[in-house]
Amino acid sequence: MVKFGFALNPSSRIDLDKTDREKFAQLVELEPDVLKCMACGSCTASCTAGKFTPTSVRSAILEIQNGRWQQALDMLKGCLLCGKCTMVCPRAINTRHLILAINEVYQSGK
Amino acid sequence: MKNIVVIGGGPAGLEASAQLHRLGYNVILVEKSPQLGGHLAKWDRLFPSGIPAKDVLEKMVSQINGVKYFLEANVQSINLLHKSYNVILNNGITVLADAVLFTTGFDLFPAQKKEEYGYGIYEKVITNADLENWFKTKKDNRVTENPKRIGFVHCVGSRDEKAGNRYCSKVCCATAVKQACEIKQEFPDVEVFCFYMDLRMFGRGYEDMYLSAQKDYGVRFIRGRVSEVAENINKELIVKAEDTLSGKPIKVTLDLLVLMSGMQNCSEGTKVAHQLGIANAGNDGFFETKDAIYSQQHSTREGIFFAGACTGPKTLPDSLSEARAAAIEIHNYVKGIR
Repeated sequence: MVKFGFALNPSSRIDLDKTDREKFAQLVELEPDVLKCMACGSCTASCTAGKFTPTSVRSAILEIQNGRWQQALDMLKGCLLCGKCTMVCPRAINTRHLILAINEVYQSGK
Repeated sequence: MKNIVVIGGGPAGLEASAQLHRLGYNVILVEKSPQLGGHLAKWDRLFPSGIPAKDVLEKMVSQINGVKYFLEANVQSINLLHKSYNVILNNGITVLADAVLFTTGFDLFPAQKKEEYGYGIYEKVITNADLENWFKTKKDNRVTENPKRIGFVHCVGSRDEKAGNRYCSKVCCATAVKQACEIKQEFPDVEVFCFYMDLRMFGRGYEDMYLSAQKDYGVRFIRGRVSEVAENINKELIVKAEDTLSGKPIKVTLDLLVLMSGMQNCSEGTKVAHQLGIANAGNDGFFETKDAIYSQQHSTREGIFFAGACTGPKTLPDSLSEARAAAIEIHNYVKGIR
């Protein structure tokens, strides 16, 4: 193969026309507070696992909203369920329960 | 009896006129359009609690009994004669006023100036004022039944040097969130997206309104300014933005896009102010007050006062408070109280 000195990456564009609204509705049913996130980042900043792994509740919620739930699951793999994020969340989201709910809804869809 | 001329029959003008009349002045209210109420007359409901605009306006109009007002009237000329202002209207009326109050309000930013959003080019792009008119009348062919996705663009003509308005228009964030909730009430199955840069929910009850938009209505807030809009063959809108929280470009197809046009100083009011040499003192196009903190109602000229959005974007309660403050300041001025 000829080497051009560059390569094309697959598009990173998020297509909101293709998000799975049904699965998201299931998640909202299980943990309605997922809707309350205002992306402040307190959870990520306080995350014990986040220092060493790409764990971030804020980003995971965003990935799910953008229809990229596999990335969200990968992101939450390192979670220790320590609950520090629940303590710091200003919108009083039960993040621990949310993480479990995300796994329940989206793991089964694998 | 002392004459006071109030220029502009919107909320600030109505409220100031009523107060000045109660204080015993002969008030002459000048309104350029065929009806009183300004932008409020065109609005359906008001944030944060959804009070009908009509009720508020009716209350205001009921308070101005005894105030002389002229509709479809303009100030043709205004000049200082000794200590009072000689005001000549286009309907032939001349008033020698002891004080003049500008309540000339704002113009909505003309959204077609932001060409990349396609207002006036694509059928399904409307403004906040258009949507408000639809809520009020349910008449607008651009708003069709059973939409799948609707978007709101914050900061249209605000925080935008290229549009000529560097400032924040203050009320559009709250208006967008209000309208997003209202559109969900109309069409419960629609997906609603708000494209924002910052959500400025400064007032009492506003943050609750934002929380409710997320929690009760499932409105999706995307942090990123819409960069361009295109139309496909089905007249749907292809909207591009960056989701700056994930750092990725986003594309979504919408059935309706609502542009949150901001405020700029009223062009008619500015023309009148020019005759007095008090226009364009502020670099944002709004009138410059004598002092930014202590004397918000005073202009830099004796006997000329301001209230409402002519000195910068304001909410309705802000404008009403200023109108009442201006009435007292004018009273003090005419009585010679310093």
